[in-house]
Amino acid sequence: MDAMQAIRETFFQECEEQLGELETGLLSMQEGAADSETVNAVFRAVHSIKGGAGAFKLDKLVKFAHVFETTLDKIRNGAMEPSPPVMKSMLRAADVLADLVTISRDGGAFDDARSNELIGELNAHCEDKAPAAAAPAPEPKTEEEAEENPFAALGWEPVTISLEPDINEYVINFKPKPELYAKGNEATRLMRELSRLGSLTVQCEIADVPLLANLEPEQSYLAWHATLRTEQDIDSVRAIFEFVDDDCQLDVEKVEPDISAPPLEPVAEVEEAQEAQEAAPVETAVLAVEEQRAVAEAAPLAAASKAEAKPDAAASAAQNTIRVDLDRVDRLINLVGELVINQAMLTQRVLEAGAVKNANIATGLDDLEHLTREIQESVMAIRAQPVRPLFQRMSRTVREIADATGKNVRLKTEGEGAEVDRTVIERLADPLTHMIRNAVDHGLERPDARIAAGKAPQGEVKLSAAHKSGRVVIEISDDGRGIDRARVKATAINKGLIPADAVLSDSEIDNLLFLPGFSTAEKITNISGRGVGMDVVKRSIQALGGRISITSRPGLGSTFSMSLPLTLAVLDGMVVRVADQTLVVPLNSILETMKPKTSEVYGLGPDSQVIGIRGGFTPLIDVGYQLGFRYERCDPMQGVALLIETEGGYRSALMVDAIQDQRQVVIKSLESNYGHVDGIAAATILGDGRIALILDTDAIVNASSGRNSPSDMLLAG
Amino acid sequence: MSMKILTVDDSRTMRDMLRMALSGAGFDVVQAVDGMDGLDVLEREAPDLVITDINMPKMDGFGFIEGARKKDKFRVTPILVLTTESDPEKKMRAKTAGATGWIIKPFDPVKLVDVIRRVAA
Repeated sequence: MDAMQAIRETFFQECEEQLGELETGLLSMQEGAADSETVNAVFRAVHSIKGGAGAFKLDKLVKFAHVFETTLDKIRNGAMEPSPPVMKSMLRAADVLADLVTISRDGGAFDDARSNELIGELNAHCEDKAPAAAAPAPEPKTEEEAEENPFAALGWEPVTISLEPDINEYVINFKPKPELYAKGNEATRLMRELSRLGSLTVQCEIADVPLLANLEPEQSYLAWHATLRTEQDIDSVRAIFEFVDDDCQLDVEKVEPDISAPPLEPVAEVEEAQEAQEAAPVETAVLAVEEQRAVAEAAPLAAASKAEAKPDAAASAAQNTIRVDLDRVDRLINLVGELVINQAMLTQRVLEAGAVKNANIATGLDDLEHLTREIQESVMAIRAQPVRPLFQRMSRTVREIADATGKNVRLKTEGEGAEVDRTVIERLADPLTHMIRNAVDHGLERPDARIAAGKAPQGEVKLSAAHKSGRVVIEISDDGRGIDRARVKATAINKGLIPADAVLSDSEIDNLLFLPGFSTAEKITNISGRGVGMDVVKRSIQALGGRISITSRPGLGSTFSMSLPLTLAVLDGMVVRVADQTLVVPLNSILETMKPKTSEVYGLGPDSQVIGIRGGFTPLIDVGYQLGFRYERCDPMQGVALLIETEGGYRSALMVDAIQDQRQVVIKSLESNYGHVDGIAAATILGDGRIALILDTDAIVNASSGRNSPSDMLLAG
Repeated sequence: MSMKILTVDDSRTMRDMLRMALSGAGFDVVQAVDGMDGLDVLEREAPDLVITDINMPKMDGFGFIEGARKKDKFRVTPILVLTTESDPEKKMRAKTAGATGWIIKPFDPVKLVDVIRRVAA
């Protein structure tokens, strides 16, 4: 059963892909690209899902896919127009199909009402557009198919068999036409199969075979007369000839036991009927085909070889992917990480050993370094996946919210081919969904309001991805009303998030959206208000090593822009020294670095300090003291302050002794190799072989705010 | 030597199922992912029997069967089509293209082997 389970998994993986293609295809059909290529691809996707679902007895999935497929078939053969209402139903049907697949895979309750509603909707379209007579109700057809199950038929068998002896006798007269041989069927094989059913006597009728000189190699001259004694019924006997029905003369008769009909009689009849025809011994027939082959060899061969050249290229394009278990890739990535570290260590040791810069060994090491870099990049690329499936999921989200809010929305996607680490993609789904919801629910106006504002009634949400300097930038923009800054500020003051007299720039007001506990909706709708705010979105993005920013223009729309690392296996970090320890601070959290001056540092109570930066005060946190590397606070004037931003947009200044380097480090999990340490996110191994801890800046700030009073935390800005 | 069977299907699920059923019955299995690929593998592997899907990208089952029948080596190689529905029209089209017989999906491994025996030496 293991093999079956594996195939089942493959099936669901494939379903995901097919659903993706379905979505893409339907969307381009909606845009008006109803060319046969697109429609066929869409049809194939549904058809494949149905085919696989049948194999796993997923009846509800089969039933729904069948109705869906029937509708698509109508569009495919031109019996139905892909009009906007039809396309709308199609897209909704695709959503239901996706749900059915998910439920079939993970279990759960089927929403029968919804799928039946869609089935009704699709059927209604079919009946509308197709001539009444040519529209068979698709549902019963599925049931028919189910009834075709041979086991159902077998189930009845014992009931019909009476106490009479089970042996039946059949007389079979069979004369193949040339077409039978042309399709790769063979009379002798059919006779052999007959003999499997019981005891068989066969006569080959060779009277029609002409003299060799007159023999047409591709003609059929033989006829067969057989008598079969078997327990099987007449249908099983006929089933043997199922494939050749149209390509032969076939006559199967049951010989009733009480009527002892002489077996020769039917033969005679057949002979009469076939008088005008010819026959040949079987050897000749086979030989004839062989001969024909030899004759035909010369000419078509050239043509054939020409035709083969093309498929070759096409086939290689189709087969250039393999599937690999994710664990294996991760193991490889880990190993390559070790290799990079090892290579750096080796280089350092060689230099320590006093090798001259341009010695052969140094050149060799340089090559090794290039090579390991390249291996690392290639391995990282294995985990990378295009963001397309993620974007496709969003188009469903947009549809659902547009339906729920009565807004008319179009999702435009760009750069779906941009590749990002798989984990990043997985963990991006929730924040992205939330932001899309916000864009439609809060960003876009209702159609009437849009018209009043002189815009097209259909709003547009644009989702784009692009690679920029080693990171991927994902943007969500809408052409809605933009952020209502006056209201945002008022809300923030109301909720006590900012003082009533705060003077904030536009972008600072926009950033208020990311504060915990902020929600602009006057009443929380069940669409945007699902218990998560933009603060959670921001935190998820930061957890991925990313940053998020907003730009908005009143009346023209807003853009949320996220910049994310391409991989989670390496990190851009600043290597710093703190109390003789080497630490790495993730670069994405550092806003700026500075050397504090005496005039800027103020004591606040006995235990804490703040630093004045451009008119505001920011808590100063001594990392060494916080982590317990030293028991006395350092002198801020002797060190370097790293201004960082934490979740919620708060800023803090981390005091370190010195900045050493800025570099990419390979992340090693501390939890899986040692254990969790507060304030530390992970570890890495530096070129000199020493372990450096990677700072969890949020945790450091949180821990220190326990010592400092929270009121010291000043708002971003 | 055991019989070599080529299966042509764009669905990985179906390919895996066919492979399982056929290797389980002791056949050698070679596979292709669409009609174009099918013709290529056909030429390279010279199978004793072919099982092909109808709905495929690039080149569908009909095109594949016609293409195979045009090659002299495969004029009489048994070709079975896989079809989900017992649609007589589709069967007729497949037969006209030169198909030897058909298998209705979802197939039962035992029946599959029966059908193969019926058309293969």
